[in-house]
Amino acid sequence: MNGVHDMGGMDGFGKVEVEPNEPPFHERWEGRVLALQRALGYAGAWHIDDSRFAQEALPPQTYLAASYYWRWTLGMQKNLLERGFVTQDEIAAGRALRPGKPLPRKLTADVVQAGMTRSSFFRQQQGPARFKPGDRVRTKNINPPTHTRLPRYARGKLGTVELIHGCHAYPDSVATGRGDDPQWLYTVVFDAREIWGADADPTLKISIDAFEPYLEPA
Amino acid sequence: MADHDHDHPREHGSELSETQLRVRALETILTEKGYVDPAALDAIVETYETKVGPRNGSLVVAKAWTDPAFRQALLKDATAAVGTLGHVSPVGDHLVAVENTPQRHNMIVCTLCSCYPWEMLGLPPVWYKSAPYRSRAVKDPRGVLADFGVKLPKETEIRVWDSTAETRFIVLPMRPAGTEGWSEERLADLVTRDSMIGTGLARPPAEIAR
Repeated sequence: MNGVHDMGGMDGFGKVEVEPNEPPFHERWEGRVLALQRALGYAGAWHIDDSRFAQEALPPQTYLAASYYWRWTLGMQKNLLERGFVTQDEIAAGRALRPGKPLPRKLTADVVQAGMTRSSFFRQQQGPARFKPGDRVRTKNINPPTHTRLPRYARGKLGTVELIHGCHAYPDSVATGRGDDPQWLYTVVFDAREIWGADADPTLKISIDAFEPYLEPA
Repeated sequence: MADHDHDHPREHGSELSETQLRVRALETILTEKGYVDPAALDAIVETYETKVGPRNGSLVVAKAWTDPAFRQALLKDATAAVGTLGHVSPVGDHLVAVENTPQRHNMIVCTLCSCYPWEMLGLPPVWYKSAPYRSRAVKDPRGVLADFGVKLPKETEIRVWDSTAETRFIVLPMRPAGTEGWSEERLADLVTRDSMIGTGLARPPAEIAR
């Protein structure tokens, strides 16, 4: 979706402010939210792309005003409610009012290490890769109202395939309930002038990781 | 830890306690419904607070600086190369290491959210997840570098990697001059988190106490 989360190339957000000796968490609740997200992911409540989409779909003013982990909280709550894991009256009451829905598994203390190991997104290939390193490609001009990982600044642009990463679960399908729908994944590199115009820094190159459906031969 | 609230003047007291209460209530609901185990949550938080951090990445970089075969393996398949070291938990198959040279400087960003090589660098800092960094890194990386006090020669190629899929990137910074014969442990002290994101360079040897 063309949300405010898709920030590449926007102006006006100001300088990057670095906090010296930044702690892992600024408040205790931030760590709890991170841990809840991890535990629910391990349990199979939803996919990482569902988490991303829930945050992207927050009202833009909410997205921009919320701190990072508060945005996570809002996205998590949205997914919990929409998927029927929790009901609004329970949120209001601050306690469970009925038993939970079954989940594939549960993260317990003895398996935390396993639960924290990042999943592999490799999937069985469905066919040969359409492109190879060195191929010229053009990204498609797509504007789905649903989740996509093709940023706006890189749509309809001419680039070169640089790396091929194998077949991966396809976020656009995962986040719309269409399963993994495995697709080839490539690093595609663009000259900054292709993206930002003739005045762009001539020494700058930008790459994205693009799933095959985002690309057409050029 | 609620007694720490007053240490953070940027947060309004009432807003903060509201947030604390809401998150606590959510955890209670999820625990009572049987979805999560508070002991597992404790263990996750503890891991991020005490075990996972940029030292993992620093040791990988230091090894690449001293061991040409490892450097080659890292650039060819970083997941496999890091897997041989044993000190980092598996990176989920998708780590890519990109090397800085006198001709090319690499920088990592996630413009769409906050993708970051957690296993190598720990949790991303707030600035990495912030709108200023995410918006500008792909359009004005030299301006971003200036915010970090880094100025590169104007002819250096800048390559920005936008982490738009599950691939995770780590920058292999250039080894500072004057470090010949140093041990990996000592070299690792020069490898900052920012140098592995590409918003910084490795520290000059004079900066660390002997």
